[in-house]
Formats: sequence, structure tokens, C-alpha cells
Amino acid sequence: MKIAFTTSGEDLNAPLDNRFGRAAKFLVYDLDSKTFAVVDNQQNLNAAQGAGIQAAETVVNTGANFLVTGHCGPKAFKVLMAAGIKVFNTQAAIVSEALRQYLDGKLAEARSADVEGHWV
Amino acid sequence: MIVAVASGKGGTGKTTVSLNLANAWPGPVQLVDCDVEEPNCHLFLQGLPAGEKPVALLIPQVDESRCDGCGECSRFCQFHAIAAAGGKALVFSELCHACGGCSLVCPRQAIREVPKRIGVVSVLQAGQMTLIQGRLDVGVATAPPLIRAVKACVNPALPVIVDAPPGTSCPVVAAVREANYVLLVTEPTPFGLHDLTLAVDTIRALKLPFGVVVNRMGVGDDRVQAYCRQQGIEIMLEIPDDRRIAEAYSRAELAACVLPEYGALFHTLRNRVLSRMAEAERNV
Repeated sequence: MKIAFTTSGEDLNAPLDNRFGRAAKFLVYDLDSKTFAVVDNQQNLNAAQGAGIQAAETVVNTGANFLVTGHCGPKAFKVLMAAGIKVFNTQAAIVSEALRQYLDGKLAEARSADVEGHWV
Repeated sequence: MIVAVASGKGGTGKTTVSLNLANAWPGPVQLVDCDVEEPNCHLFLQGLPAGEKPVALLIPQVDESRCDGCGECSRFCQFHAIAAAGGKALVFSELCHACGGCSLVCPRQAIREVPKRIGVVSVLQAGQMTLIQGRLDVGVATAPPLIRAVKACVNPALPVIVDAPPGTSCPVVAAVREANYVLLVTEPTPFGLHDLTLAVDTIRALKLPFGVVVNRMGVGDDRVQAYCRQQGIEIMLEIPDDRRIAEAYSRAELAACVLPEYGALFHTLRNRVLSRMAEAERNV
């Protein structure tokens, strides 16, 4: 099972980006092997529209089963749901803290998008 | 013959200039309100409605029994209006620009195009002036296709004045694109100058002949004039900061109709625009 986190850095101590569509990167953590890989999301930083949709497809293609991020808008949420990816919202400052929250069962699965599109 | 009135900054007087310039034409003239997100020229004209028609875009509809979620459509779409996830394609019609590409690249012919209404084009006949107006439906974000539909209704044999939307993005480009001359309306303030420079860059990129109208002369400073001098841009008209113009506007009256000196001013503007267009024609 894999969890994708939104981040601006390269490792578990990097800041958790509370944006989803326009996060710089995704850190994809493998719960079984306890290893991770970082996937770039740069193409979406300057996208005029559809950043959430494109980012969601990128996460789908990583094979992640879960997404942990700050906020997730309606279009991205729809794509993630279609792919069966469960979304968790967190206010953790860094990726390892969010991972710890997940492992401790402190994160509740989001039932819907928690912000409107273009909320920043 | 198309004259487009654009601005960069909103609220500088595009509608005032468009209406008064159209009013300065002696014979039949078409005023085309391309500010489809908030058209307002009709507020100043009294006439008879002469038709209205809905405008639709062709957007994709996915046949889920044929779609295998391969993602070709999603990779093709530059606007992320279609996404592949969970073995199927999801359409976000509000982002679709109706290019039809997804249906062409689909290897399983699972996508067909269906119409989706985005707004209306309506026509009003007010004396010699024909107003053609686009009105985008609430919640629709793609103005350019409606602007193109509005412009497709003009009679090319008669003169056209286009009232463009503010800004410098796609709707403005769609509105001014085929113009023979562009008037950029600004005000002599730092904001006016800043947005004028963006508008000038846009119109230069489109390689259209243009000049500037400075509205509300007397407020602000003289930096717009200095900029135009330095850039070799002609100031076609200066409109004074006259409270009576605003009062007429607030009563939905044209300054040129109720204040004779402004009628003369806009006739001068019309003649100047006509001669600049003739010069541009000769230079082509």
C-alpha cells in the first residue's frame, strides 16, 4: 500500500504542502517496504486551469492508495474518488509528522472536497 | 471595417467611447458588445429587439461501455477537461474549449460531441445603430467562443465598432483580433498607465494599428502622455474630466447627444480613425 503526500521537498523531513493541485512534488511512501519516491508536479505550478485534475492523474499513476494533503478541491477529489484513492486532510507541518498521524490512525478519511477550486 | 475599443484597465470609458463613436457615424453602423460577462451597451439604447439565439459548445460525452480508460483523451487535452482514472474517462465540461480533439484521438470511438449552452447572442435595432450583444450564462468561464459567435453575426458590408472586455487575456484577443484599428482607452493615473502598457504589448503582438484615448483628462498626472510620446503612440482623443459626462452616463444618455461640444469631439475622433485606417491600408 502506498501513501502520497504533497510536499515542496525531497524527503520525510520536508514541509508538507497544504495545497494539492499546485504542490511542487508528491512524496509517495510505500508502507510495506518503508521506502519512498518523489514525483514532480512542477508542470502544474503555472497551469491556468485544471491543475487539480492533472495532479490527481499524476497521483493515480504513481499507484498510490491514499493521499494525505492540506486541502483538496472538488475536481481533484472527483478524479481521486474515481480511481479509488482515499483522501486525508492534515495540518501537519512536515511529511513525517503527517505519516505519523496516518499510522496512529489520527486522520479521518475525507468524504468530500474541503475547499472550492482556486481557493489559495 | 472594424474599429475595436479596448483598454487593459476596466472602468476607463470603453463603453462611453464605443457608444459615442458609433453615434458619430452618419449612416447604418453596428455596435458589437463583446464584454459578454457584463454587457452594458444596451442600457444606453432604445430600440426594438431583433432576435436572440442561444450559443452552444460541443463538449465530449463518454460512452462508458466503449471506454477502457486508456487515457489518450486526457493526454491530448491541454485544458485538463477530461481525466482518466479508475478505468474510465471523466469530463469537466466547464474547462472544455470544444476543440473536439479527444473524440479524434480516442482509439475506441467512445467519445461523441454533444451541445452545451454557454450563452446567447441578441440583436437590438436602435435607429441607424444595430447593437449585437453576447451574454454569457452565469457560471460559464469560457468567453472567447461566445465572443466569436457574436462577431460571426456582423454584416461585413457595414461599419463595426467593437466594445471589448477589459484586461489583456483571451477574451480581449478574441474581441479585437480582426480589427482594422484599435482604440485603447485609458485614464491619466498610475493604474491607467500600468494597464495601458500591458494592452499596448498585447495589441503590438497582434500587429494591429492602434492609438490611445485619454479619458478624464485633469485627474492624475501626465505620465500617460509621456509614455505615449516616448513610444511614438498617437493620442487620438483627450476627454476632459467633466462631471456632466458622468451625470449623462448615470442617466443612460450619450454625452454626444446631450452635450453638443462632445458630439463634435467624437466626430473628430471618427474622422481621425478613418484616416489612420486608410493610411494603414496603404502601407500594407
